[in-house]
Amino acid sequence: MKALWIGAAGLMGLALLPVQAQKSSADAIAEYRKMLEDGNPADLFEAKGEALWKQKRGPKNASLESCDLGKGPGVVKGAFVELPRHFVDTKKVQDLESRLVTCMSTLQGLNADEIAKTPFGRGEQENVTALATYVAAASRGLRFNLPQAHAEERRMYEIGKRVFYFRGGPYDFSCASCHGEDGKRIRLQDLPNLNKNPGDGIGFAAWPAYRVSNGQMWGMQLRLNDCYRQQRFPYPGFGSEATIAVSTYMGVNAKGAESIAPSIKR
Amino acid sequence: MVARRLVLERCAQVAGLLAAAGLLPSAARAAWPQAAFDAKNLADAVKALGGSAPVESKDVTLTGPDIAENGAVVPVGCACSLPGLKRLALLVEKNPNTLAAVFDVTDALEPNFSTRVKMGQSSNVFAVAMLGDGKVLYAQKEIKVTLGGCGG
Amino acid sequence: MAADPMRIRAQAQGDKAVVRVLMSHEMETGQRKDSAGKTIPAWFIQEVTAAHNGKTVLNAEWGPAVSKNPFLQFTIKGAKAGDKITVNWVDNRGEKRSDEATVT
Repeated sequence: MKALWIGAAGLMGLALLPVQAQKSSADAIAEYRKMLEDGNPADLFEAKGEALWKQKRGPKNASLESCDLGKGPGVVKGAFVELPRHFVDTKKVQDLESRLVTCMSTLQGLNADEIAKTPFGRGEQENVTALATYVAAASRGLRFNLPQAHAEERRMYEIGKRVFYFRGGPYDFSCASCHGEDGKRIRLQDLPNLNKNPGDGIGFAAWPAYRVSNGQMWGMQLRLNDCYRQQRFPYPGFGSEATIAVSTYMGVNAKGAESIAPSIKR
Repeated sequence: MVARRLVLERCAQVAGLLAAAGLLPSAARAAWPQAAFDAKNLADAVKALGGSAPVESKDVTLTGPDIAENGAVVPVGCACSLPGLKRLALLVEKNPNTLAAVFDVTDALEPNFSTRVKMGQSSNVFAVAMLGDGKVLYAQKEIKVTLGGCGG
Repeated sequence: MAADPMRIRAQAQGDKAVVRVLMSHEMETGQRKDSAGKTIPAWFIQEVTAAHNGKTVLNAEWGPAVSKNPFLQFTIKGAKAGDKITVNWVDNRGEKRSDEATVT
């Protein structure tokens, strides 16, 4: 029996699959994603990040090997699943990417402001993404366990919750518009409910990720930046309090979820 | 002198055309098969690779997903266990140029390869096996390509 | 501009080795246009070869339809742990890359 042709936008058409293809489109997509897991181009960025971690660079000609990501200088494994967290030296809650920039600045002498202003995918931002991929990979399989012992950590969680629900922009969207309830979907993309633990490897537990649609490696900072773009908000600054707060909110909510970062995404 | 230059240019052009059609004697390393990679359909691509008309066969395997969430990266595999296998190729019927990749099969390798290809739209994908006796066999599978939502 | 290294994993499975390679390459088709409307020139890997303990085992010709940051999997007969695998590519600009791995 000849299969009915289905066009790219033909969601309706998917309901008319021939008898032998009993699996749902959600199952078929899950199969496709599974096929891509082995041989994730994120590995290329992870390798680059590892090289950058160990390489002496910047005006101070130093490596990042004594960078403290929250578990002590140079401790990479386990750091990712406890970020964002409060740091004594900067007196603030930082996420992975802003903390990497702090280390690149204090240890290597690179200019933090310049890096923050550099567009994603260019110059030092490319390196930040590669480093974030390396650090995340070192926690693969571990479960999120962000600390909330410090008052600042709790404050950022509360701010993050407000940011999550803050409606604005010409469409009056908030994060919650897409991620505030169970069972939401955009076309064939399931949207995880980020008010709670959405499950292993989902939502906060899946980024950084390699996006096949543009062949780019995206950290959480770029993921959030793009969410705001889709909501027609002004772009948040790199490492801004709003992005760190909402990351804290998502990360704490994801407590216990297994990290699969760096993952592969559409 | 002008005439000589024109003659030399013309010779180069003709040589280029011959090379593109795969008709020049092969050098130590074969030139990249331009004509095959320019072909717009299965029959022309196979012909440009020096093969006879392809015949569908259960002895060739094409593996791939039923639906690819994004056409930029579609995992596909080609395999064939028949003796005398010389080459395996992957083609995407509706791509601007149908041939995606060609693998030379040697005794040192298992006769199966996997890679990822770009698909411009939902299309049939072919695995083609070229045998030493001149037979060309193929398998096909329809892979649907859909864009999905917002990349989350 | 030197290309980034490939990631090669070669795993012994009985009397053969499954080799999985990730290559860092744009694989630009030559079909796309930039924001100014100019066609972005084609730039893609054309030849891939691989050697097992110095002996060539794989020859492949690729076109621009192979995905960006290409993945390749093939299986070498008679390979065992400790053997050396080399993978090489040449693109349409003549740029090359060669990387090695040991079968584990």
